[in-house]
Amino acid sequence: MASVMTDPNMQQAIETAALKSDRFRLEREADWVRLEEIVTKMEKGKARKLSDEDVLALPTLYRTLLSSLSIARESSLDAGLIDYLEGLALRSYFMVYGTQTSFGRWLKGFFGGGWSQAIREIKLDIWIALFVMIAGTLIGYVLVAGDSDWYYALVPGNFAEVRVPGATEEALRGTLFGAEEQDGLGVFAAYLFSNNAQVAILAFALGFAFAIPSILLLIHNMALLGAMLWVFAQRGLTVEFIGWLSIHGTTELFAILLAGAAGIHVGRSLAFPGAKSHLTAASAAGKRAALVMAGVVIMLICAGLLEGFARQLINNTGGRYLVGGAMLIFWLTYFFVFGRKRAEIGS
Amino acid sequence: MSSTATDPWIRRSSNPKLDRIMVSPEGVPLNVTVATAGARAGALTLDILIILGLILGVTLLGLLVLWGFEAAFGGGAVLEESGPLSVVAVFWIIAVFLFRNAYFLYFELGERAATWGKRAVGIRVAARDGGRLTAEAVIARNIIRDIELFLPLVFITSGEAEGTMTDFTAWAGFLWVLMFLLFPLFNKDRLRCGDLIAGTWVIQNVKRNLGGVVAPSAEASANPAAGQATSRYEFSDTDLSVYGEFELQTLESVLRTGTDEALETVTNSICAKIGWEPGSGDERIFLEAYYTALRAKLESGMRFGKRRKDKYSADI
Repeated sequence: MASVMTDPNMQQAIETAALKSDRFRLEREADWVRLEEIVTKMEKGKARKLSDEDVLALPTLYRTLLSSLSIARESSLDAGLIDYLEGLALRSYFMVYGTQTSFGRWLKGFFGGGWSQAIREIKLDIWIALFVMIAGTLIGYVLVAGDSDWYYALVPGNFAEVRVPGATEEALRGTLFGAEEQDGLGVFAAYLFSNNAQVAILAFALGFAFAIPSILLLIHNMALLGAMLWVFAQRGLTVEFIGWLSIHGTTELFAILLAGAAGIHVGRSLAFPGAKSHLTAASAAGKRAALVMAGVVIMLICAGLLEGFARQLINNTGGRYLVGGAMLIFWLTYFFVFGRKRAEIGS
Repeated sequence: MSSTATDPWIRRSSNPKLDRIMVSPEGVPLNVTVATAGARAGALTLDILIILGLILGVTLLGLLVLWGFEAAFGGGAVLEESGPLSVVAVFWIIAVFLFRNAYFLYFELGERAATWGKRAVGIRVAARDGGRLTAEAVIARNIIRDIELFLPLVFITSGEAEGTMTDFTAWAGFLWVLMFLLFPLFNKDRLRCGDLIAGTWVIQNVKRNLGGVVAPSAEASANPAAGQATSRYEFSDTDLSVYGEFELQTLESVLRTGTDEALETVTNSICAKIGWEPGSGDERIFLEAYYTALRAKLESGMRFGKRRKDKYSADI
């Protein structure tokens, strides 16, 4: 405004404008143009090149623009002007209320309590998912115990080369402690991670259909585990099998549990939104579940590394239980103890 | 979120069915236009092509590295399992995972909240409630993309390749793809499942330049050199009572962008309407004068809360 007033030509233009609404426009035009320049720079990703004055002026210019827009809508019939103001208001609105959290700051909040908080918020769904997973394992175990042909229906072919009902103890022990090609471990870990992450993402995404596919997916995956457990239990290798599984399984199954719980959470809030509308309930649940899912991907990276490296390198059951147990205690502490006090203080 | 514009008679976009109002945190209603299904599909196609291109690029890069090693050390050193092959394979798997999942995340978390494909067709992601677009929302909407798009694609291609696809699964898969792909067509805000879960929508970008002032300044009218003729036009109240805001804004756009022929046509029809004899060679000045007078009249009505939508509405 100050610069407008000092410019004699502009001053004259304002005084001689034929219409009141044009005078209104000419008085404020310089501010709008300045805001537009700032916004254009920010849109091009050159926000860092903005001067300090411009950054400080942005919120003020934005609010001034909104008030100009409100006035113009009620007092001016210059369609070109109103179109311009509408467009600029929307563009600067997105800059002022855009995704301003830098990735680093978001990550800090995420690890510093946001993730644990989100997990505590879906506790009920975690219990449901846990119940479903245990039920799935039991179903798999009982089915195969009743009729071992079920094994071939439950376990896909590539898992079942050696680990079949009736296999000898040596053969099974070999799959647990055998020195599989250790050189390819890195590739194996990366492959496992990519594969498991897609399964977890699927378990979550299917929650959209009122959680039923998520639950089915959990049951199916755990039935596979239960069936395999039976095969090993037949040869008295239960303890060794669980050790083999737990080194990465405590992390991986926990991650799949959380992904399933997140899916169930979304599905449940879609089916039973409570006092909110379906859409609001779904989006609130979706955002909470998304935080959990971002964490699930991180857990699966850990699980992939444990499965690819630690399991092949630690070849005794005691050590495997130690690593698996330590990981489980770590996750439980982090999720259900860490950040609890801060959240309480915050609220 | 309501579906009526503040001024319903101001035409804003080509398809008024897609016009929405989003209330900013300051309480000012902002006009937004939901992106058309066609624009969404176009952006998605572009993005998929870009992702495929990136994957192809990484694959070629990996092969180039391997070829380089082979050339340098020779003798099949690359094929040993602890050799460069496994390192390249690890990078390749991680890169493909990132392209598939992080491409959308990275770009939609940026200042423009749009992937390259979305930028190319001029649309962006925004929070439906008018609040900040949070990282959680962007993550949520892109995780759902997995079942909407990648899963069916993988399902169909792998099923086809292995020949395990029976008629039933093929049709079930096809219906699945259709259900999610066409979901945006079955709701008025063009939300896909991910938008629904994340509380987001995709809207059109607007970028308009500030045009000049159409009404000539009093100075110009008074200036004998430029506007000798202008003072000739004096309009009575009856002359100005034939049109409303719609016609005023049509006239404005003619004055902003119209050709000489358009100006002449408009001059003739206005003169016919108010019973004047159209002069020639003087159309722009006549129209500017008429525009200014009509706008002054309608705006003064506005200040008293009286508006006239178009020529069919009652005079103010």
